[in-house]
Amino acid sequence: MTIRPPIAMLAELTHRCPLSCPYCSNPLELARAETELPTEDWVRVFREAAELGVLQLHLSGGEPASRRDLPELVRAARQIGLYTNLITSGIGLTEARLGELDAAGLDHVQLSLQGTDAEMADAIGGYRGGFTRKMQVAGWIKAIGFPLTLNTVLHRRNLHQLPRALEMAEEMGARRIEVATVQFHGWALKNRDALMPTREQAKEATRIVAEARARLKGRLVVDYVPADYHSDYPKRCMGGWGTTGLNVAPDGTVLPCHAAQTIPHLTFENVRDKPLSDIWYQSSAFNAYRGTGWMPEPCQSCDRREADFGGCRCQAMALAGDAGATDPVCIKSPHHAALQARAAAYAAGPDALIYRTAPGKPLPHIGNATTGPESRSAERITAGNG
Amino acid sequence: MIAPGAIPALPRGVRIHFDKLRDTWVLLAPERTVTLDPVAHAILSEVDGKSSFGEITARLADRYAAPQDQIAADSAGFLGALRDRLFLDLAP
Ligand code: SF4
Ligand code: SF4
Repeated sequence: MTIRPPIAMLAELTHRCPLSCPYCSNPLELARAETELPTEDWVRVFREAAELGVLQLHLSGGEPASRRDLPELVRAARQIGLYTNLITSGIGLTEARLGELDAAGLDHVQLSLQGTDAEMADAIGGYRGGFTRKMQVAGWIKAIGFPLTLNTVLHRRNLHQLPRALEMAEEMGARRIEVATVQFHGWALKNRDALMPTREQAKEATRIVAEARARLKGRLVVDYVPADYHSDYPKRCMGGWGTTGLNVAPDGTVLPCHAAQTIPHLTFENVRDKPLSDIWYQSSAFNAYRGTGWMPEPCQSCDRREADFGGCRCQAMALAGDAGATDPVCIKSPHHAALQARAAAYAAGPDALIYRTAPGKPLPHIGNATTGPESRSAERITAGNG
Repeated sequence: MIAPGAIPALPRGVRIHFDKLRDTWVLLAPERTVTLDPVAHAILSEVDGKSSFGEITARLADRYAAPQDQIAADSAGFLGALRDRLFLDLAP
């Protein structure tokens, strides 16, 4: 099998974040500030990534604005020739700082939206005043003229706000909106009962997106991640394991996707110890689910196997207890029927949210908590002739 | 079709880049990378935010010794697809 070079890298600069969204894609065990890679290491990793073939760099977190060296990192990435995208909640950005990022050459901003009004957004983000602040930041982004994508994470509580989110994207001058139904990894898995959309909601969202795509053609691009527990086929997670993108965690651990550490038998290498290119081409974790050789039936003889690569490995781990199984979302999986039944039960589950904690804080107790960060869809890293 | 007087421009956040490793020109856009074949690259190289579509296709026809209406049809297809994805602005 020939291994192609990656196109995109997600750099999780930090796990620190003022918000605490209950669907944050960060791991339950959050990296402490003192374990984060220093500026010079990140710059070296950016250079190694560019040499390896990465074209698109996503600066993410946590909240990347929590890193004081953010403008310096952006400047270095641009000098290296990377397309530089900032994935932010907006909280922690000031007008002056956005000006610095502009001068540093930042290519694009992706702003998350927890809800379309203060009541919803602040309840989901677990941060009072967050929405007002975000709207102010959106105004500065527009004034500077940064190309903008509005990134909404939808779930049972806020799916009804989708029409307003589409309007807001236009008002903010966004060219693109990402309508992502929550994916159940990280903190979202802990909050599955409270976040699972109903089948009707999922259908309605698909209808609204189709209508918006037709109506807004040429004005706003709508990218959509449907609710996958209610789907018949799984997503092509990360564009295929080890084919398109990689994630670097705050401490330098290199992951095939942000949830990969939930697969217990894999071991992950660190950029402090090895060149990125060795990790991409040679590490056992990246090679574990590359291509189609590892696939069981029904994937092995399925004509969709190179279309979705058997779906998400982390989801197979979480739902079937085996990272090497067919994604249970798939209609051909023996677990599919049970999953759909469970999805319906989750959607009727209790509403209490468990909020994400801060790095270094103990995990909250399940069952008695109330709120949590922003999930990146498994599909978010897209590439190729896209 | 694109009117001959329309002026195409790459918006902020969309740029051409030479991908050394893969030895090809690419168009970098938010969350997307489009590989440019030599024809696509030749067309985009003429997009400077000042020249009209008519001027661009005339120059290409001249350089490649090909009929301008054929070049215009090909270019309009390619640029129109970019425009639909908001990777290109077209000032009327
Ligand atoms: S059987 Fe496997 S390859 Fe086929 S659609 Fe399902 S997950 Fe994809
Ligand atoms: S999902 Fe919420 S808590 Fe997590 S990093 Fe994003 S804004 Fe912060």
